[in-house]
Amino acid sequence: MDNNSEFLATIPPQILPRRVRASALFDAKIAKIAFKQAFVMFRPDIQWKNPVMFVVEVGTVLTFLFILQIALTNEKPLVPITYFIALDIWFFLTIFFANFATAIAEARGKAQVESLRKTREETIAYRVKQGEKTEEVSSSLLQRGDLVVVQTGQTIPGDGEIIEGVAYIDESAITGESAPVIREAGGDRSGVTGGTIVLSDRIVVQITGSKGDSFLDRMIALVEGAVRQRSPNEIALTLVLSAFTLIFLIVVIPLWSMSYNAEQYMTTYLGVKEPLRGLGTDIPTLIALLVCLIPTTIGALLAAIGIAGMDRALQANIIANSGKAVELAGDVDIVLLDKTGTITLGNRSATHFVPVSKYSAKDVGELAALASAADNTPEGKSILKLYETQNATTISVPENSTFISFTAHTRMSGVVFPDGRHIRKGAPEAIIQFVRENKGVIPNELDGLIQDIAKKGATPLLVADGNMIVGLVALSDILKPRIYERITRLRNMGIRVIMITGDNKYTAAAIAALAGVDDYLAEATPAKKLEYIKQEQATGKILAMMGDGTNDAPALAQADVAIAMNAGTEAAKEAANMVDLDSDPTKLIEVVEIGKQLLITRGALTTFSIANDVAKYFAIIPALFASTLPWLAVLNVMHLHSPTSAILSAVIFNALIIPLLIPIALKGVRYRALGADALLRRNLFLWGLGGLILPFIGIKLIDTIMVTFNWVS
Amino acid sequence: MFIQTWLLPFALLATATLVAFPLSRYLAWVMDGKYRPLPVLGWVEKTINTGSQNWKQYVSSLLIFNTVLFIFGYLVLALQPWMPLNPDGKTLLAPSAIFNSVASFMTNTDLQHYAGDQHLSNFSQIFFCITNLFISAAIGLSALTAIIRGLRSDTSLGNFFVDVWRVVVYLFVPVALIFALIFLQQGSPMTFKSVYQVQTLEQSALGTTDNGQAKPQTIVVGPVAAFEAMKMLGTNGGGFYGMNSAHPFENPTALSNFFNTLAMMIFPFSLVLMYGRMLGKMRHSMVIFVVMLLFMSFTVIWTIYFDTLKPNPAFTQHNATQFNIFNSALPNGKQAISLSAIASLPVDQHLGNLEGKEIRFGTSAGATFGALTTDVTCGAVNAEADSLNPIAALSPMVGMWLNCFFGGKGVGMINMLLYIIIGIFLAGMMVGRTPEYLGKKIGSREVKLAIIVLLIHPLMILMPTGLFAATSWGMNAISNPGAHGFSQMLYQFSSASANNGSAFDGLGVTYGFYNNPHPAPEAIAWDIATGLVMIFSRFLPLIAPIAMAAFLGAKKSSPFGLGTLRVDTVTFGILLFATIVIIGALLFLPVAVIGPIAEHFGPIPFGG
Repeated sequence: MDNNSEFLATIPPQILPRRVRASALFDAKIAKIAFKQAFVMFRPDIQWKNPVMFVVEVGTVLTFLFILQIALTNEKPLVPITYFIALDIWFFLTIFFANFATAIAEARGKAQVESLRKTREETIAYRVKQGEKTEEVSSSLLQRGDLVVVQTGQTIPGDGEIIEGVAYIDESAITGESAPVIREAGGDRSGVTGGTIVLSDRIVVQITGSKGDSFLDRMIALVEGAVRQRSPNEIALTLVLSAFTLIFLIVVIPLWSMSYNAEQYMTTYLGVKEPLRGLGTDIPTLIALLVCLIPTTIGALLAAIGIAGMDRALQANIIANSGKAVELAGDVDIVLLDKTGTITLGNRSATHFVPVSKYSAKDVGELAALASAADNTPEGKSILKLYETQNATTISVPENSTFISFTAHTRMSGVVFPDGRHIRKGAPEAIIQFVRENKGVIPNELDGLIQDIAKKGATPLLVADGNMIVGLVALSDILKPRIYERITRLRNMGIRVIMITGDNKYTAAAIAALAGVDDYLAEATPAKKLEYIKQEQATGKILAMMGDGTNDAPALAQADVAIAMNAGTEAAKEAANMVDLDSDPTKLIEVVEIGKQLLITRGALTTFSIANDVAKYFAIIPALFASTLPWLAVLNVMHLHSPTSAILSAVIFNALIIPLLIPIALKGVRYRALGADALLRRNLFLWGLGGLILPFIGIKLIDTIMVTFNWVS
Repeated sequence: MFIQTWLLPFALLATATLVAFPLSRYLAWVMDGKYRPLPVLGWVEKTINTGSQNWKQYVSSLLIFNTVLFIFGYLVLALQPWMPLNPDGKTLLAPSAIFNSVASFMTNTDLQHYAGDQHLSNFSQIFFCITNLFISAAIGLSALTAIIRGLRSDTSLGNFFVDVWRVVVYLFVPVALIFALIFLQQGSPMTFKSVYQVQTLEQSALGTTDNGQAKPQTIVVGPVAAFEAMKMLGTNGGGFYGMNSAHPFENPTALSNFFNTLAMMIFPFSLVLMYGRMLGKMRHSMVIFVVMLLFMSFTVIWTIYFDTLKPNPAFTQHNATQFNIFNSALPNGKQAISLSAIASLPVDQHLGNLEGKEIRFGTSAGATFGALTTDVTCGAVNAEADSLNPIAALSPMVGMWLNCFFGGKGVGMINMLLYIIIGIFLAGMMVGRTPEYLGKKIGSREVKLAIIVLLIHPLMILMPTGLFAATSWGMNAISNPGAHGFSQMLYQFSSASANNGSAFDGLGVTYGFYNNPHPAPEAIAWDIATGLVMIFSRFLPLIAPIAMAAFLGAKKSSPFGLGTLRVDTVTFGILLFATIVIIGALLFLPVAVIGPIAEHFGPIPFGG
């Protein structure tokens, strides 16, 4: 366990290369697939799932029938037939763009999953029959519970847990991390993933997932089925969008009869012979108004936003159980971070030597180093290293010395020289007892010195030479690089960060202060962790945690957002709702950001879509009544060229805004770690006010272009 | 001139705001049942208390109670000829008029397709009208209380009957008594007598009878002061007289006009603060209050600016207009039309538009009242809404369309709650969390219920207006051609759906007595259509929010943190303001344009 964690700790998690890279937004191959799919999605039974766009589809068909009627009956329409054809083409394009947005998000997700799936290719597995005998089977035939033997150079045939042996494993196929990792039976780093390669040694793996049931398979299903599996928030938003569609039907339908009313009284007023007619009673024009008003922008992009959110999780090497889990991450109130491995580097190291009575710091260092000469623990090595770097010498232990190794019972280690000199280092209580037994004296200042070190968040070790206390070694936790900034970022998002540690509360408090966490849970046991989570949840809080060990499983199962490390045990992975392929404990931060970004993107584009409508009214309403209530021309604030150009411009703007916003839907609106109030102000200004103003400019621009090229009368 | 114009509206807004603070404290105290009742009252309260209710039980009680109220009202009106206090023998109203009136008073709308002084006996005025004035007003307030209890996760929503009892006995009766005494002192009649026959000073001013005697003038009286107090306090608005608050008996003086106007404002103002007090979110309700006050001030200023401070456009000059109409018979499909100019009339207009105003209340009193009465869904009038300058008349319509610039008692705050839910749901996501209100996550079910209510209002206004505009039902009823006639229809349905009750007069909707030989031609269609609109627009927006609040309240409450959207900040106020403006504009901009705006920009007089 120690070697293993030490090894992992040497890899700074933030420099891990990502295997799944964000593909360029419009990769030609992906675009081609999406292009085809966009046409398939016109099928009414598929389009029906997007109620907003379905209404547009119905409008497109109606307009087409209207055009046919004009063409076949030779009836002279109010305005040139080209206007109706142009309208219908743009209705069609509106749906096409919407379908394309969804299709491209799906295609990108699939492309990424596809590259993951390649690691799933069939391999030969050596299944244990009875005793030592094995048989060759295809990996696809493996069942849950099967035992397989994997040796140097072989590919692990499926997800599982090592039940025997230790091995170096190349996980680059999954994580992109080129340095091999150690996995061993027992303990918390026994999980292996199918498709990874054993570089040395021999292990026996118990298969935990049968084909089609691994996390990867679930992820693939999720990306492929993202449109069907909507998260609660997405369902609620779809409802609201459908309701808005209905509301605008309520607005537009009576407009026909109201326009008819105006035509009637104006005919009388003007005394014209032929009944007056305007665009207000023209069905395709009213359909155009409806298409412009219903929230097509967000309706088109909603599915893409959801899929892209899952996709971003995948790019961060997170495999989520459901889209709901990713979304919930945005709501997290409390993040539980393990101290060891997350906030601090795996192991403590000696930072300084503190002498007592007549001794000097160098004496303490030398004796401590001697006592640690045969100590292979990271702490022991760090003492040697500190002494050697401080004094630029090496130590040598006399021949025939006996080493006393650390046991949980004695809680000290040391060396006995051939001349009978005893040197010991260890936990303060153990050394004090050792000195007392040898009738030594305990210096008065010792208690104070021990306290001082503990209060700084370090662990004191005592060094004794025979029955004399020489001094202390301070073993300190080393904070991970940039951890303070990361925690500050979480706190700026309004999330409380709680550190969990098995240390006593003095040490915990000191490290908590250094790392900048809000609170800590000291002397934590699995039961205590679970209790804490339940207690916070009872007050309505949403908790996120990350864990790897089997004893984390209950807490993971209880937490709202639980991420298991891929290197962790199967129990932990089962209990969690996400698995981090990089086994990077700071990944929680990224997951929270992805969740928040997902919701912000949804909110921003919805607000934008609805704010857009105001400008469209100002384009279309004066046009509807241009020939019946001419004085309403004062409302044509954009000074659009003609009624038909005004309506076309609005429809074109409404269609073009969809592809223009696809990149934002796929990449997500940038999330800033600000308080809710500042964030709301910023986004309201950007997307609300922006959404109000932009279409005025856009519609005017399109109108100007059409007039310049003489496309409209 | 400046003070003369602006003193009244701002004195009213300031007084109502000042009254709202102590009154809301009293309201919360009463509705939370913290008072100790007198023995007799306590016994009644205990007797009617059917126990704690969940939302389904509360809503059922509300519906059953209203059904009984409907039957009772229908019986009172249908039996009018055989009931006492009817010395001048008022006979039976037309069935459709009875249906309309019963629906109207039960729903706190008080749209009157009859004139009280001509068509109702004092018995009907007391037992039909005054009963409803108290009770229908109490129902909205009770519903709001139930919603608050739901939102704060109380174990039950309370008891509907006890709530109505509390509202009537502890809120309405004492406050109405005070206002009735003021009106009485100012000169409103208060009597069981029905008519006075008096000789006019100028003999034969009303003509002579067949045998040569001078005809006496008939002056209708009754329990007007009591009627008037509750008519205004309950934001009912249905007048004792057809002329409503413009009648010198309902509203005798400028001072009574001040109290008349104030009376309809105090409960809607106080209820917003009561909402905050009962939820323990005073700052939140202050933000809502300020947003509502801004909207209300805006509608008042708009009406005064375009009516009191602008001339009547019917007397001013209009320029010639030229434009093209579609004419497929012509080669380029267009035909040029020109309208000739209209010359101005020599009328002194320095006091603004005086048509249909009662100048004894002050020059801006009509415009002020017109804006306020529609903002708070009262619907009483002291000036002719129909005679407001066209663009000024937009303001009362906006008040009814959005229906939350304080709104009616209870229902105004309930409407605001729906805008809050929708606003938070749409824009609240932009803080990166699942939208939540008061710590409760807004899910599909809550959004669905909020949206139903948001939908019903435009549905009930736009669809019938469209239907009537294109058929003879509307065409034969309007008294003016053109956009003004359209506004009359639009206003009538807006008023019905907003449960307001004011009218853009001129629309022929009165059938009168069943044996009336010359009823308005389309009165039956209007009676039935507006009656149905009033009922649908009343009960769905009461029931759905009660259910929504109960669902929200049952949810786990998430704690407040730095990442939570705050509902007590200026930012939230702006969000709420923008939500109401944008949703309002999207729903009603087209009809606003075809109605008042088209009339404003078009030639006046238009035809006719």
